[in-house]
Amino acid sequence: MSSNKKYWKSVEELSDNSSIVETLKNNEFAEPIPVDEFLGNGEALSSSPTSRRDFLKFVGFSTAAASLAACEGPVHKSIPYVVQPEQIIPGVWNMYATSYFDGFDFANLLVKSREGRPIKIENNTIEGARFAANARVHASILSMYDSSRLKQPLVAGKPASWDDANAAVKKGLADAKAKGGQVVLLTGTIASPTTQKLINEFAAANGARHIQYDAVSSSAAVDAFEAVHGERGLVDYDFSKSDLIVSVGADFLGDWQGGGFDSGYTKGRIPANGKMSRHFQFESNMTLSGASADKRVPMTPTQQKQALVLIYNVVAGGSAPVSLDAKFTAEVTKAAQQLKSAGSRGVLVTGLDDKNAQLLALGINQALASQAYVGAPIRYVRKGSDAQMTAFLSDLTSGKVGALIMSGVNPAYTLPDGKAFADAVKALPFSATFTLRDDETAKVSKVALAAPHFLETWGDLELTKGTYSLTQPLIRPLFNTKQFEEALLSWAGSPSTYYDYLRANAANHLVGKSWNQAVHDGVCAHEAPGVGAGSLDAASAAAALSQAKATGDFELVLYTKTGLGDGQQANNPWLQEFPDPISRVSWDNYVTISKFDADKIGMENKIVANGGLNGSYANITVGGKKLDNVPVIVQPGQAHGTLGLSVGYGRKASMQEEMQVGVNAYPLYIGFNSVQSAKITNAGGEHEFACVQSQKTLMGRGDIIKETTLEVFNKENAEVWNPMPMVSLDHQETPVTKVDLWESFDQTTGHHFNLSIDLNACTGCGACVIACHAENNVPVVGKSEVRRSRDMHWLRIDRYYSSEETFAKDDEKKENFDGLWGDKGSLGGFGEMEEPADNPQVAFQPVMCQHCNHAPCETVCPVAATSHSRQGHNHMAYNRCVGTRYCANNCPYKVRRFNWFLYNHNEEFPYNMNDDLGRMVLNPDVNVRSRGVMEKCSFCIQSTQAVILNAKRAGRPVAKGEFNDACACSAACSTGAMTFGDVNDKEDAIVELKNNERMYHLLEHVGTQPNVFYHVKVRNT
Amino acid sequence: MDIVFLCRFFKRNATFHSVFAWMAFVRILSITVYNMKKLGNHYSILKTLFFSLALLLSASVSMGQAAPAAPAPEAAAAAPAEAKGDPAAGKALFNSNCAACHKLDSKSTGPALRGVAGKHDMSWIYKWVHNSSEMIKSGDAAAVKLFEENNHSVMTAFPQLSETDINNIIAYTSEPKAEPVTPPGAGPPGTAAADSGISNNVILGALIVVLFILVIMLVMVNRVLNRVAEKNGLEIVTKEPGTPIWKAFAKNQFLVLVSTIVLMLAGGYYVYGYLMQVGVDQNYEPVQPIHYSHRIHAGSNGIDCKYCHSAARVGKNAGIPSLNVCMNCHKNISEVSDTTATADHTKAFYDGEIQKLYNAVGWDKATQKYTGKTQPVNWVRIHNLPDFVYFNHSQHVTVAGIECQTCHGPVQTYEVMKQFAPLTMGWCVNCHRKTEVKMEGNAYYDKIHSELAKKYGVDKLTEAQMGGLECGKCHY
Repeated sequence: MSSNKKYWKSVEELSDNSSIVETLKNNEFAEPIPVDEFLGNGEALSSSPTSRRDFLKFVGFSTAAASLAACEGPVHKSIPYVVQPEQIIPGVWNMYATSYFDGFDFANLLVKSREGRPIKIENNTIEGARFAANARVHASILSMYDSSRLKQPLVAGKPASWDDANAAVKKGLADAKAKGGQVVLLTGTIASPTTQKLINEFAAANGARHIQYDAVSSSAAVDAFEAVHGERGLVDYDFSKSDLIVSVGADFLGDWQGGGFDSGYTKGRIPANGKMSRHFQFESNMTLSGASADKRVPMTPTQQKQALVLIYNVVAGGSAPVSLDAKFTAEVTKAAQQLKSAGSRGVLVTGLDDKNAQLLALGINQALASQAYVGAPIRYVRKGSDAQMTAFLSDLTSGKVGALIMSGVNPAYTLPDGKAFADAVKALPFSATFTLRDDETAKVSKVALAAPHFLETWGDLELTKGTYSLTQPLIRPLFNTKQFEEALLSWAGSPSTYYDYLRANAANHLVGKSWNQAVHDGVCAHEAPGVGAGSLDAASAAAALSQAKATGDFELVLYTKTGLGDGQQANNPWLQEFPDPISRVSWDNYVTISKFDADKIGMENKIVANGGLNGSYANITVGGKKLDNVPVIVQPGQAHGTLGLSVGYGRKASMQEEMQVGVNAYPLYIGFNSVQSAKITNAGGEHEFACVQSQKTLMGRGDIIKETTLEVFNKENAEVWNPMPMVSLDHQETPVTKVDLWESFDQTTGHHFNLSIDLNACTGCGACVIACHAENNVPVVGKSEVRRSRDMHWLRIDRYYSSEETFAKDDEKKENFDGLWGDKGSLGGFGEMEEPADNPQVAFQPVMCQHCNHAPCETVCPVAATSHSRQGHNHMAYNRCVGTRYCANNCPYKVRRFNWFLYNHNEEFPYNMNDDLGRMVLNPDVNVRSRGVMEKCSFCIQSTQAVILNAKRAGRPVAKGEFNDACACSAACSTGAMTFGDVNDKEDAIVELKNNERMYHLLEHVGTQPNVFYHVKVRNT
Repeated sequence: MDIVFLCRFFKRNATFHSVFAWMAFVRILSITVYNMKKLGNHYSILKTLFFSLALLLSASVSMGQAAPAAPAPEAAAAAPAEAKGDPAAGKALFNSNCAACHKLDSKSTGPALRGVAGKHDMSWIYKWVHNSSEMIKSGDAAAVKLFEENNHSVMTAFPQLSETDINNIIAYTSEPKAEPVTPPGAGPPGTAAADSGISNNVILGALIVVLFILVIMLVMVNRVLNRVAEKNGLEIVTKEPGTPIWKAFAKNQFLVLVSTIVLMLAGGYYVYGYLMQVGVDQNYEPVQPIHYSHRIHAGSNGIDCKYCHSAARVGKNAGIPSLNVCMNCHKNISEVSDTTATADHTKAFYDGEIQKLYNAVGWDKATQKYTGKTQPVNWVRIHNLPDFVYFNHSQHVTVAGIECQTCHGPVQTYEVMKQFAPLTMGWCVNCHRKTEVKMEGNAYYDKIHSELAKKYGVDKLTEAQMGGLECGKCHY
C-alpha cells in the first residue's frame, strides 16, 4: 500500500518560492562548498607547512613506530620486602577475626587478608559468635578503600595536623568550661564497654553530657524494655523456639531492632517431621518478612495498633476497645487464637514506633511465656533515647551548649531538621566531629577529626549480654586518622595508647580466655542472665493504644533499604548497585504506593522501549515539609492508604557525583517516628529507574518456583507437589531425565560439586550477592548500564509475585484456560496474569550459573571458551572468549554477563576499579575481565581449588564443610539456604539435600541437568 | 671492467657494512682472477698480493693477542720469626672455630684478627679465648673495651682449645697478607675487557688499510694489464649481451609458479614462526640491579632453592626472598673468596655486588649495625605468566615433588638468571600429559586414585587423567 503522505523536512518548504528549497532539490548543500578555493590555490598548498607527502610520512612513521613499539614486551619489576613480616607469605591469605558495629549494623567477622591488605569479609562461625554479616557489612570492606574519605583533620575547614586539631579541641573545651557552657558528647549507640568507660572518664573530667543518638531510632522499643526490665536493651528473640510467629509491622528479617534474626527464624522454617513454624505478618510496606510470611495482611499502621490491641485482648484476655474493619478482625483474631494456643511456642513482635505498642508486645510475650522471649539474650545495639535527643536539641538551639563533640553521627543529614541543627552547630563556640568523610556535619563543625575505618582500629563490643567481641585492625590506617578513643586518651593527657587501655580493660570481660586467644577468636562468650520476668501494666498500654486514629490522606511509613540501611555507606558503589530485594531497583530510593492508590492519583510504572522501567514523580507533604519529585514505584502488597519511603539516600556532602542518587527522606522523620501522616500529589514527568527485573509474576509457570502448602506436603506423595516433567518418547510418557540426546560426562570419580538452594530458608537478604561481588571482582557498571539490563551480578535473587492470591491459584488458573476468548480465554487470561495481585505471595529465588551437566552454552561457543569439567563446573576461559555472546543467547537461565565495556581503568566507569585505592579490594586470585568477554558464576573455582590444594599439601581428604565455606555465596548465607558441597562424598551434607524429596532442578524439562538444585518452597498456610 | 665496477661499488656504497663489502670484494676478486686466467698468466702478481694480505692479517691478529702477560708475583714472604705455632694447623683451626665470626682482614661479628698477636700478649689471649665473658665480668680494661667496641656480642668460650692450638691460630693470623694472585692470562681487574676491545679495533683498522691498499693495487694492476694488452695488440673480448637471466626466468611460467609457491610457503613458515614466538620470552636474561649469581649460591655453595624461595612450598608464588633472608648469611659474608672470582667477574666485582645488598638493606659493614635506611631492590621479573593463568608453586613443588630445575633449568649453573622454559600453554599441557601424579602416601589421593585407576585400567595416573587439562583448572 503506497502512501501519498508528504513529509516536511523544514518549514522552509511551506513557502512556495523558496530559493533554498529550489537549490536543495538540485544540490546536496544549499551553499557551494569552497573546494576550489582550497585546492585551486596551488601556491598556498605548496607553501603549506604540511604537505600531503608530509602527512603520508607522518602516518607511515607513526604506524611503523607503533607496531615496532608493540613488539617489545613490557619490563615488569618484582620488589620483595626488605624485611618480610613473619605472618605474610606472598600469595597466601591470612584470616583474622574481628567484629563490626557502626551504630546500625553489627557482626562477628573473619577478614581475609592478602599481603597485608584486607580483601574480603566472611562470617566468624566460632562458638559464641552470634551475628552474621548482612549485605552492608560484606560491602563495608570497600568503604575503607574509598578515596573520598577524610584524609586528615580539618580545623576551620583547612587541613591541619593532629597536634593542631587536639589543641583546638582542648582550647574549645577549656573555653566552654570557662564560660559555663555545656559540654556535650554526641555519639551513636556505644556498644563498647571500654569506649563507654573512656567516655565516662571524659564526661567526669569535663563535666560533659553524653548523648547516644541513633539515626534510625529504636527508642520506643528500648524505652519499653527499660520500663519492664530496668536496663536499656532489646530482646534478642530466638525465633527457632517458636512454632507461631506473629509480626505486627516488624520487619525482623530486615533491619528491625538491628536485624540478625534470620538464622534463628529459618531454622524453624524447614519442614521436618511434618512440622514447620507458621508466620503471620501484619504490615503496610512489603518487606522481606512479609515476603517470607505464610499469611501476610496489609494494614495501615493505625490498623496495626488496633490489631495489636485485639491480639492482646485474645491472648491475655484484655478488654480494651478495638475499632478494626471486619475483614481485618477475622484475620487478626485467627492469628491471635493460634498464638494463644501455641502458648510458649508462640511469639509476637512489633515494629511500631510507639512505646505502648512495644510494651504491649512484651506483655503479650509474657502472657504467652514465650520461649523465644523468656531467657533470651539482651542485645545492646540500640541505646538512643528520643527524649534525651530532643532535650539536647532544644538546649542546642537555645544556646546552652558551649562545646559539642560528635563521633559516628551525621545529624546535619539524619535529623528531621538537619538545617536547623547545622545552623546551630555553626553558631556554637566550639564543635568537633569524628567522621569518616567530610560530611554535612563535618562541614559545619569547627574541627573535623578524621576517623579510621573499623578495619583500621582496635575495639571491643558487647553486642549481647555475655558475649564480648574484639575488633582488631587489619591494616595500618590508610590516611592520617585517629580513632575517637585514642583522641579521648590524648585529651585526657594519658600517655597510654588505646590498645593498652583496651587490653587492660578487656581483662575484666575475658572469661577463661587469654587476650591472645580472644583476639584470635574475635569473641569471648560466657553465661549471662537473659531476659527476666519484668512487670508491666499491659492493660493501660492497650487502652492507650486503642485510642490510635488515622489522620490525613496517607500514612507514610519510613523504612531502611537492604542496600543502604541508614545511609552511612551511601558512597559504596557495591551497595548502590545492589538491587533492592523487593522492588529490584538499584541506584534509587522511591515512594512505594499500592496500585489502588496509584490509579486514583494517576501514577504509574511502565516499561519503555529499551526495557527500562519508568515511573511517575510525586510530591509528598508531611506537616509543613514537602519532598519534591520523589519517584514512584507501584508496589504490590502495599497497604491501601499507606506510602513507603526509605531513608539513607540523597546524601550530597563529599559524595562522588554518581553516588548522589535518590531523595533524602530524613526531613520527614519528624519526632523520630517512622509513621507520618502525609499527602501525595502527582508531580508530572517520568523518572528513569535502573530496575533489573521487569518480569513481576511467574505467569503460572509453577515449575520455576515450586510451591506447596505444608498440608499437601505432609499428605501427598512428592509426585503431586514436586512433579517430574514428562516428555513423550515413542509415544510413552517418560520422565525428562530419562531422555537424553547427550553423551554424558563421567562424574562418578573425584569431586562433583553441587549447590543446594532451599527456597524455604532464603529470605532474600542479599548477603550472597555482595559476597560474590567481593570474591569475584565483579565490576560496578553504574545506573545507566543497569537500566540497559547490563548489570554484572553473577548471582541475582529473582523475586516473583503471584498474580492471584497465591501461586497455587496462578497455576490453577493457567491450567483451566480454555480457548482464546471468553472468561477462561488464554488471550485475556495471560494478560491478567502479568499483573501481580494486590496482596501477592512473594517468592525469592537466587539464580546463578546452574553449571549444567548438559550445558547449552558449551555447544554453541565457536571457540570452545566455555567447557565442562568432570567436577561439574561449567568453565569459562576468559582469554579464549571472543565475545560472540552466543552462549548467553543459548542460556535458558540468563546468567551469563557480558563485559560491554572495559570497566577497569576506564574513566567512564568511575567506581572502585578505576581508583588506585579502590582496586586494593580486588581478589588477586581472580582475573579482572576485559571488554568483550563473557563472564559468569564459576562456583568460586579459585576457592574450591585452594581447598583441594590445602588438603593435598596436608596429605588428607577434604574435611567436612570445607567446600561449603569456600563458595562465597554459601559461606555468606547465614540462614542455611545455600549449601555447597561434593555429591561424590557420602559424608557431605549436600548428598542428603540432593536426595531430599523437595529437590528439583530449575527448568528441568529443558534437560540441562544442572548442578544447582532447589528445594520446593513449603508454606504453612 | 670488473675492477672499475669494484671501485664504483666502493664509492657508492661507502656506508655499507664493511663485512658486506669484504664479501663482495672477495667474490669479485675471484672472478677477476678467473678472467685473467683466460687472458694470460699474469696472475703471479695477484698471488703475491694475496700472500702479502695474509701476512698482514696474521700479524695484526697476533698483535691483538699479544696482551702483556703480567708476571706472577713472588710467593708470600715467609712467616715472621716470632710465631711459634704452625700456621697450616692454625688455618684449619681458624676455619673450623673462628671463621663464623672473625675474618683476617676485616671486621665481622668480631674484630679482624690479622696481627692480633701484636695487640695483646699471649697469656691475655689464652684467657680471653678460654672464657672471655669471665674477663669482661672481672673488669679487665682491655676486655671491656673490646666488648664495647663490638656491639656487646659475647664471644663463645673455647675451653677445648689448648694453648698450642691457640699458638697455631695466632701463627696463622700473624702471616702477612698475601698479595692477590692474578690468574694467568687475566690482567688486572677491568683491563681484560678493554684489551680485547683494543685488539679488535686493531684488526679492524688493519683490515681497512689492507683493503685500501688492495683497491689501489687493483686499479694499478688493471691499468698495467690494459697497457700490456694495448702494447701486445691484444683485443679485449667483450661478451655479446644475451637475454638477461631474470628475463628468461620471467618468461618461464612454470618456474615463476613454482618459485612463487615456494616463496609463499617459506614466507608462511617464517610468519607463523614469528607470530608463535610473540610473547614467548624463553632465554630472557635481563640485567638485574644486583648481579646475583645462582651459580655461586645454588651451585658452588649448594644452598637449597627453597631456602630462599621458601614461599614455593606453601604459596602460589615462589617468592623473591626478602633481603633479611640474604642477611642470614651475608651478615658474615661481606666478601667472596679469591677462588670465587672468574675470568668474567672479579672478586672486586662480586664484593661490590654484596655491598649493593648492604646498601639496600641498610647494613653498615664497619659498625656491623643496621642503619635503618633501606632501599628495596627493584628486581626485573623474568618469569611473567599472563594474568589469566593461575599457577601455584606449592602444587608442583610440595604436592607433586617436582624439582625446581624441571621448569627453571640448571639454575645452579647460571651466572645470570634466565628463563629456561618457554612457559607456553603447549609446554604446560605436554608435561601434564606425560607426568605421572605422585600419589603415594598422600591420603587425599587414596579414593580418587583407586577409582580412576580402575576406570582407566592403569596403575599410574597422569595429570591429564586427573583432569589437569581442563580449562578452568588454570584459567579463572
